[in-house]
This record gives sequence, structure tokens and C-alpha cells, in this order.
Amino acid sequence: MIFSLSSSIFHFPLALAVTSLPAEVGINHYLLLSALLFAIGFFGVLLRRNTLVVYLCLELMLSASTLAAVAFSRFNGTMDGNIFVFFIITVAAAEVAVGLAIIVALFRLRHTVQLEELTGLKY
Amino acid sequence: MTPLQPMAEFPFYFFAFLTVLAAAGVVVNRNAVNAALCLLLSFMGMAALFVLLEAYFLAVLQVLVYAGAVAVLFLFVIMLFDVKGGDPRKPYQKVAAVSGLLALALLITGVLSLAKHSQLTAAAPVATTVVGSDLKDYGYLLFTKYLLPVEMTGFLLLIAMLGVAMLGRKQEKETGDRGDSLSESRVP
Repeated sequence: MIFSLSSSIFHFPLALAVTSLPAEVGINHYLLLSALLFAIGFFGVLLRRNTLVVYLCLELMLSASTLAAVAFSRFNGTMDGNIFVFFIITVAAAEVAVGLAIIVALFRLRHTVQLEELTGLKY
Repeated sequence: MTPLQPMAEFPFYFFAFLTVLAAAGVVVNRNAVNAALCLLLSFMGMAALFVLLEAYFLAVLQVLVYAGAVAVLFLFVIMLFDVKGGDPRKPYQKVAAVSGLLALALLITGVLSLAKHSQLTAAAPVATTVVGSDLKDYGYLLFTKYLLPVEMTGFLLLIAMLGVAMLGRKQEKETGDRGDSLSESRVP
């Protein structure tokens, strides 16, 4: 009874993750870091109201996902994850260029980048 | 299949801390220029983590493309807009609480699935090929197995270039009625 209770306490995810980490740096460290960066970027996307800063946080989320891909590739000993990250970086560069061009066009049209003032599609 | 050398611990924790701190700086900075500079620092920390993962080419690419091109493009656009000191409004506590809760739920879900379903706890770093022949592997794979994606990426870059040139074009009736200029800009 007591044992089951204590084990259920230790099944709280963060405690479990911290206790299950080995001493030397392994793949789980990188995956945890990637998840943390992704969550920070997600938080920023939800929180901020400046379109440019939301876009910055989106880039952060994309970059966090590439970290996970590189870690998987390294710990599996294959090159495919690295190639995927190569493509992701290429596509991200194109995406940033197009997205910023759209934001600049939007700013020219509406003279604001605040999200709560851009309600053209809301009503 | 033996681990090559014990993975360095102190550099990992140092750069992980730097990256996370800079990422938090992106979110909480009220000034957009400071947020972009924090993003640049975060990208540099991530490039250092790529070096620790022995992906040297990707680290160089991260510095060149992300820190060199993307962050500078962001800074250029932010300074072009001349947004004064971030948000003029009061901090929004309700939105912050809800979005913080959602982000925490996302993180806990990820950590939980990692802890419950991963079979990766015993995964030791596999010995990779000789350091320095890395770039040759990239070239070989890009021109054999991933030839079609390379072609498609090149096409995508061309389309993106055309699209940006199209979007950034100066419109004729800039100062006229604001409502119609979006539909006019579609006409070549």
C-alpha cells in the first residue's frame, strides 16, 4: 500500500524524467532540451501580440525540432536525420523570407503589426 | 558499438542553459529588437549543441543561415517598422496564465511520453565515421538517395524568390483607398 503510494507519487512526469536520466549526457537530455525549447516557443506564440515576435517564436519552435532530429541521427549512427535538418534549414530560410515579405506588405496596408488590430478575417 | 568517448557534460549543460535562457529572453522581452538579439544568441547556443552532437556541417549551416541570414532579416524588418518599445498596452495576466498553462501541459505531455514509451534509455552513442569525412557523406546522400528532394528544394527556393519579389513590389496606388490595394496587388 505504502509502496504503491510512493511509486504513484514518483510517477509524476517531471520527477520521473529527472530520476530516469543517467549520469552522462545521452539522447534523453537532448530530447528534454528540445521539448523545453519547443514549449518556450509555443508559450511565446500564445503570449505575444506583435506579429514579428510571434514569428520569432515560431522560428524558435522549428529550430528546437531540428535539435531533436540531429540528436536522433547522432545516437542512431545514421546520416538521414542530418540530411533532413539540412532540408529543414533550407526551407526555413525560404519560409522566413516569404513570411517577412507578407508582414511587410501587411504593415504597408494596415500600418500596424499588432495582432489584436488585425481583425479583418474575424467578422 | 562502444561509445567513443564520454560525452562532455559541462559544455552540454552550459550551452543548454544558454540556449534556454536566450529562448526565454525572446518570449519575455518587450522590445522586439532585444527579442531578435536573444533569438540570435539562442541560435548560436544551438549551433554549439550541434557541435557537441558531432554535426559540424549543420553547426556551420546554423550559424550561416539562421544567425547570419534569418536573424539579420528579422532585425532589418523590425528596424524598418520602427516599433517603439514593444507593446504599448498593459501586461495581460489572463492570457499569460492560460498560455503558460498550455505550454506547461505540452511540455509535461512530451516528457511523459518520453519517460513512458521511450526505449532509448540504454542508447549509447554509436560510433560514427571518421571526423572530417562528414561533408562527403552529405554530398553522396544528397546526390543519390535524396536527389528528388534536392530538386524540389531548388524549385521551392525559386518560387520563394519569385513570391518575395512579387510581394515586395511597389504598388501604384499606395496612398489611395486601402481596401482595394490587396486585391490589386495580386494582378501582375
